[in-house]
Amino acid sequence: MALLVLLGVPLFAAAILALVGDRRFAPEVNIAGSAATFVAGLGLAWEVWAAGPILAAGRFFFVDAFNVYLAVLTAFVSMTTAIFSRRYMRRERKHGRVGSVGMRFYHAMFQMFIFAMLLCLLTNNVGILWIAMELATLSTVLLVSLYRTPTAIEAAWKYFILCGVGIAQALFGTVLLYFAAEKVLGEGGEALLWTNLYRVSGSLEPTVLSLAFVFLMVGYGTKVGLAPLHNWLPDAHSEGPTPISAVLSGLLLNIALYALVRCKVLVDGSTHTHHAGDIMMGFGILSVLVASFSLLRQKDIKRMFSYSSIEHMGIATFAFGLGGPIATFGGLLHMLVHSLAKSSIFFTVGHAAQMHRTQEMDRIKGLFKGNPLVGWGLMFGVMAIVGLPPFGIFTSEFLILTATIKDAPLWTPFLLLGLGVAFAALLRKVQPMVSGEIPSHQAPVTAAHLPVLLHMVLVLAIGFSMPDFLNAWLQATVELLQ
Amino acid sequence: MTTALAAQTNSFLAALVLLTGFGMLVQKRIYGLIHIFTWQGLFLSVNTAIVGYVANRHHLYISSVLTLALKVVLLPYILHVLIHRLRIRKEVETVVNIPMTMLIGIALVIFSYHLMAPVRELSTLITRSTLAVAMATVMIGLLMMITRRHAVSQIIGFLAMENGLFFAATSATYGMPLVVELGVALDILIAAFIFGIFFFQINTAFDSLNVEQMARLKEGD
Repeated sequence: MALLVLLGVPLFAAAILALVGDRRFAPEVNIAGSAATFVAGLGLAWEVWAAGPILAAGRFFFVDAFNVYLAVLTAFVSMTTAIFSRRYMRRERKHGRVGSVGMRFYHAMFQMFIFAMLLCLLTNNVGILWIAMELATLSTVLLVSLYRTPTAIEAAWKYFILCGVGIAQALFGTVLLYFAAEKVLGEGGEALLWTNLYRVSGSLEPTVLSLAFVFLMVGYGTKVGLAPLHNWLPDAHSEGPTPISAVLSGLLLNIALYALVRCKVLVDGSTHTHHAGDIMMGFGILSVLVASFSLLRQKDIKRMFSYSSIEHMGIATFAFGLGGPIATFGGLLHMLVHSLAKSSIFFTVGHAAQMHRTQEMDRIKGLFKGNPLVGWGLMFGVMAIVGLPPFGIFTSEFLILTATIKDAPLWTPFLLLGLGVAFAALLRKVQPMVSGEIPSHQAPVTAAHLPVLLHMVLVLAIGFSMPDFLNAWLQATVELLQ
Repeated sequence: MTTALAAQTNSFLAALVLLTGFGMLVQKRIYGLIHIFTWQGLFLSVNTAIVGYVANRHHLYISSVLTLALKVVLLPYILHVLIHRLRIRKEVETVVNIPMTMLIGIALVIFSYHLMAPVRELSTLITRSTLAVAMATVMIGLLMMITRRHAVSQIIGFLAMENGLFFAATSATYGMPLVVELGVALDILIAAFIFGIFFFQINTAFDSLNVEQMARLKEGD
């Protein structure tokens, strides 16, 4: 029941918002839809918590501790983003950056995007997962080009083409996976169900599965934004409207990583080697290094934080590649706290950019004095994202680092180097923006307080003392992924 | 139709699909590209129907009709309308170094045969020899997207890649489950709608569909 609501509400809301169009109350409908989705997500989590994994609709949907925690996270961040975008998009509309058609489109596609992501997470079918992932890309492509500036169109085109190519590789991987599974499970849709695949993973053909994993890695890795396939990500994040950057960074990357992790567990179960994990570790470290050094030379604020997303997805990918209970726990926690911190950073960045009417970091100054919430929100967000204690990201990065020192000591210096460079780069770039006097071109904004506060409190709470239920939940997920 | 004859027809059609792939690599006219793409779709559709008949998999008939409708009729029609509206009917694209592209294409075919060799050994289907061709078609579509600078050619490369994927599914496993095939077809339809909008946006913003002018987003140094 909760499952039906969870998937039905965003789809229904998308249709309503497409009909309602650019009315005054459209943002409120958007918020109400996302809030209902979040409540349904909590309900579903409660069901899983109480009764264990659920198979629904003739084994079409499969919910366990792993995907339900991401589903709740997805629904939560979409809700806060909807709250943030009410004020933000209204201002954009007033300043004429978006028209009436654009607003209608924005709201409808926002809900469609949430639907696609939730379908990705909850479906039991690897083929449907692929279709939903493509749908998530397609529903955001035109949102990236919403402002219709040449650079926005360029970014969206790059996003469309690169992710199209990437996801085609993933489909080839899925075909190979089906090829191997069909021999054991017989033909038809049954052979593509995660639940069936996991059951027989030991008897799947290892050569075909390792070949399939290479394609899946390249395909879904493009969507995760792993170097060297990350080129679309900074462009799409910097040119699209800020709420979209927040959900792309905070949610879509997680969903792609989720697909990758499920595939990795399957492939490792079949080959009985650490081959898939090694590939993920390599991609992960490369992303951390490439992203952290790119951070140093950024001038555009949203572009800088999108590189930071690449870095953090690299860390999580590395952790899942490394495997083992501690690293996997760290990776899961990292996905959670990164989503919360990064989307909250994008909220404050959006306001800062609106205040100065530019995304150039040189022209953004005096945020502490101009708008304390935006200034301190950004400062705390950055302190969280670079992994300063007592924020939650410190906990997850510390866990991952400990596991690395123990299980794969040779990788430690590279990981440390990446973390260190990112730390220095982000703090150095942010400090001049928040401090100093208010420049003459700064205009006041009414900032959306609630989303930023909510996210920051959560990240802090997780860092200070991890709630028992979260701990138990992540432990249960770690069990699933072993 | 006997199995031997079917296997031969299948190989012949696979050769034609690969040939159209190479045809697209060298074709400079946008209009001609769409023609070759239509032929590739037709070969694929016929091939799927034959495989469906020989292997007695009736859901392949649906896939075959879907390919016919989507890739032979609808997509070429949409592309025709778009290039007519945008007045790029006569446009000839400068392709970077055709002989070199052809050589890379040939290398990709050899690479595909090498990569697919273990999979081929495991397969018992009559279509097993065409799996490498399907992968080569995917790779050639990818190569086309990289070497072309015109938005329409890039999209045709993308669609050719999609053709290769469909072909791979038919060769490896007699097609994916129907629900997946339908979903993929739906995604392609939405993608067609989106690139249609994009052609207009790019044309308005850059005054041409030449993607080469899109070079404003670069790393600051």
